[in-house]
Amino acid sequence: MEQGMISKVSGPLVVAEGLTNAKMYDLVRVGKERLMGEVIELRGKTASIQVYEETIGLGPGDPVYATGEALSVELGPGLLESIYDGVQRPLDVIRDKVGDFIARGVEAPGLDREKKWDFKPVAKVGDKVSTGDILGTVQETTIIEHKVMVPPDVEGELKEIYSGEFTVEEPIAILEKDGKKHEITMLQKWPVRCGRPYKKKTPPSVPLLSGQRVIDTFFPVAKGGTACVPGPFGSGKTVIQHQLAKWANAEIIIFIGCGERGNEMTDVLMEFPKLKDPYSGDPLMRRTVLIANTSNMPVAAREASVYTGITIGEYFRDMGYSVALQADSTSRWAEALREISGRLEEMPGEEGYPAYLGSRAAAFYERAGRTICLGKDEREGSLTVVGAVSPPGGDLSEPVTQNTLRIVKVFWGLEDQLAYQRHFPAINWLQSYSLYMNETEEYWTKEVDPEFKKLRADAMAILQREAELKEIVRLVGVEALSTNERILMETARSIREDFLQQNAFHEVDTFSSLKKQFLMLKTIMRFHDTALEAIEKGINIKDILDAPIREKISRAKFIKEEEIEKLEDLLKDISSQFKASRMGGE
Amino acid sequence: MPKEYMTIRDVIGPLLLVEKVTDVKYGELVELQFPDGSMGRGNVLEITKDTALIQSFEGTRGINTTQTRVRFVGKGMEVGVSKDILGRVFDGLGHTIDGGPEIIPEKRLSIYGEPMNPYARDYPEDFIQTGISAIDGLNPLVRGQKLPIFSGAGLPHPQVAAQIARQSRVLGKEEELAIVFCAMGITFEEAEYFISEFKRTAAIEKAVIFINLADDPAVERIATPRVALTTAEYLAYDLGMHVLVILTDMTYYCEALREVSAARKEVPGRRGYPGYLYTDLATIYERAGKIKDKKGSITQIPILSMPEDDKTHPIPDLTGYITEGQIILSRDLHRKGIYPPIDVLPSLSRLKEKGIGTGKTREDHSSVSNQLFAAYARGKEAKELAIILGEAALSDIDKKFAKFSEEFETRFIQQGGFENRTIEQTLDLGWELLSYLPKAELKRVSEEQIEKYMSRFVKEEAEEELEEVKA
Repeated sequence: MEQGMISKVSGPLVVAEGLTNAKMYDLVRVGKERLMGEVIELRGKTASIQVYEETIGLGPGDPVYATGEALSVELGPGLLESIYDGVQRPLDVIRDKVGDFIARGVEAPGLDREKKWDFKPVAKVGDKVSTGDILGTVQETTIIEHKVMVPPDVEGELKEIYSGEFTVEEPIAILEKDGKKHEITMLQKWPVRCGRPYKKKTPPSVPLLSGQRVIDTFFPVAKGGTACVPGPFGSGKTVIQHQLAKWANAEIIIFIGCGERGNEMTDVLMEFPKLKDPYSGDPLMRRTVLIANTSNMPVAAREASVYTGITIGEYFRDMGYSVALQADSTSRWAEALREISGRLEEMPGEEGYPAYLGSRAAAFYERAGRTICLGKDEREGSLTVVGAVSPPGGDLSEPVTQNTLRIVKVFWGLEDQLAYQRHFPAINWLQSYSLYMNETEEYWTKEVDPEFKKLRADAMAILQREAELKEIVRLVGVEALSTNERILMETARSIREDFLQQNAFHEVDTFSSLKKQFLMLKTIMRFHDTALEAIEKGINIKDILDAPIREKISRAKFIKEEEIEKLEDLLKDISSQFKASRMGGE
Repeated sequence: MPKEYMTIRDVIGPLLLVEKVTDVKYGELVELQFPDGSMGRGNVLEITKDTALIQSFEGTRGINTTQTRVRFVGKGMEVGVSKDILGRVFDGLGHTIDGGPEIIPEKRLSIYGEPMNPYARDYPEDFIQTGISAIDGLNPLVRGQKLPIFSGAGLPHPQVAAQIARQSRVLGKEEELAIVFCAMGITFEEAEYFISEFKRTAAIEKAVIFINLADDPAVERIATPRVALTTAEYLAYDLGMHVLVILTDMTYYCEALREVSAARKEVPGRRGYPGYLYTDLATIYERAGKIKDKKGSITQIPILSMPEDDKTHPIPDLTGYITEGQIILSRDLHRKGIYPPIDVLPSLSRLKEKGIGTGKTREDHSSVSNQLFAAYARGKEAKELAIILGEAALSDIDKKFAKFSEEFETRFIQQGGFENRTIEQTLDLGWELLSYLPKAELKRVSEEQIEKYMSRFVKEEAEEELEEVKA
């Protein structure tokens, strides 16, 4: 291959001369240690390269080797349960090779070359197959069946197909087109910066359930949709991301730790194998791919990590799975862009970020979607993207948040004041929004209860009204409110404390099924209605607010899913309690 | 043989531009010989063909372009370590300054370290009892955590940090502890306070001290925390010690970074700080942690003073995004005479959930701390309302909460500088304060817990009331 020479080193940026055939975004190997790098600018005879590893020790005169390939990920069986760095090197393999600290220049393929997978063919000899058609399956983990597809841009007649144990590099089928034979292996490569092809996109309509009450009930995200979670530090972004990764009803989870804390990745790594998926009962790790490029790892690889993650996500989507991808945090990705842009001496846009920040962010989120995949069976897959944003000082007017909000359809705005009161998840119910409300309503009506739509609207109206009344209380005191308004204030408090607040670390409270969410909200609203009725009948407000049943409502979140009928009983109790007190009043 | 040049072209702030060099590497250590014969050190920030940009750790005073010698050492900056470093005092680059013998290094380590493989990390979960209720009860520290103290000018952060260093222990374990103290740009008096504090408690024998004072070269500060943390890594992972690293003051570190960035004419991020400030800070903070199957650990307590007490200033802001929580000191509490003036509401410890509870502290720890937070927040809200509308406008319940928050500040948060409370004392005190509130308002604790831990205090209160009535 072509060889060039370094002429300049500045942090993660290296400028090389003599790479005349290099294309943009080509992968190159830099220095004697052959560090991974990517061409990001071409100027005359020089190529600017962002290097995915620490560049200390490189200097002018060191060699640069072209590879002629774009930065790609390896796709095939073995992705699940893996933990990769930003350029798809398995961190467990790296540890075995070089120890507890990541040394430079370690090479490790994304997929294990030795491991044999049991391939079961589904296509038959003589079939005419093209891109996306399923040739066979491999049981990758106990819950996920890996579908081996015809790679993009390949088609022909199936001449041979094998069955049995193969490594990812051994041929499992042979195609013939125009007399030319083409061997197919389970391993595919795909350049990370291009979206994988699909037949067509369709609008998302089914909610991605997360077991988080404030999300599922008030601000749902649809499968194939996009959401963002901006919030200042300490407001619980990461916990929300973890909760989604744990409890979302997607079949595959891709979790990208992009420039975040090492211990958080360790937490995921240690916890996921122990936690049980509420839908399949198997350990969560079996459906998860982790990408960890922590904040102290090389900055350029951080830039690549979100693309590595989303390409893997698209690959599983192409198999017809619903995939949920979490990127924590996209602000770190943007900062990596900024750092590289600064080194390239580009003209900066806002706050030093490059002018193309918006288009890059949009292109990333646009790779989400609900799609009809390539392949004869027209299977449907979806890729949901949830990005955390870490705005400096919690200021949402900063460029990364603004550029993200322009694209995503769901906004979960976190607020530090709520976090200080330990109201978690600290999602502000008045600021946040979801543009998938109408789409998901149908699902709720069909799957849970037709009453749900009204219930949700009523509850939200109470919360809105509370905010207005609070202003009045602040100015003139509680006494200025009518009894009905005071009931409303109490109900709003109940919605906030007994419904919206959810303890991620409590074994029961951490996950609520749709049914439970519905019943919980219904109890609160039922109490509200009966309380208003009681007021009309002349019962003292103090007696209503001191009713012991209210304590039961506040503890409803701790009712186990198996004992959900207790909630139904509670509903009946509310009515009967007030009958009793009414009789007492008479 | 190191290559020596006398080809300095430009001197800009702390930076030197040296021409006609060959075979120089990025990050390489440079030795400078000033015209007066004194020696200095620097490193290569950027290299373009035959021109190297160097930052001088000793500053550039006295440098000229004709007589200054620049020697490229052929490797990055290193620090020599051995067992004998314990109890010694070094300057910001790792030279001894306590008059003792030079260290004979057992090995030399690059100060830049390498990123710890997330797969090799062990999750920190050993509760450290600091004896300070506001920390132990509400924002507990665990071994391997990085928990900064956000302070401001004139607040007692040295006392708090020294108290933590003095009292910290892991319950039920006797292990080798060490302290690495790294001073960056602080005053002589502040540094002296820490050193005399360590001497008084005999902690000095297990301490390694790195001092870069306010009048030492600013750019040297860029290397100081790295030298200190490399030493800490040696103590933790080679010698198996549990190391507490105190870094003070990170604000001066960041300012040194800004100085270099400005001299390089880089595109600035917020408030003139370089766009890579987050990444740079991460390479310091992320060196805290524990490794699977290794005995030692590194716990970091960085101290930073927030300019104008502003938490959204880039330094505290980016720090908060990297560290696992923060302890925030409050000027209001300090003015009220409360020590330690820890503002518990915005303070946070992210790793607490796995470090507390049955077998670690006590089964009720998590719920009682959540309850205390919620009650204190509500009490403060009520007090704010009372300021506008007068106390009479509060409902009876809100009055109780307001009373609670006052007691909470003066009894729970406030404690002596040498008062070392056990975790049981802290939690019981929490329950005692909660018993002032109506039971139905305590939604974060279970009924069993109320019965088990709070009932005895409730009775006492009833008796008190009875006595009051009698009186």
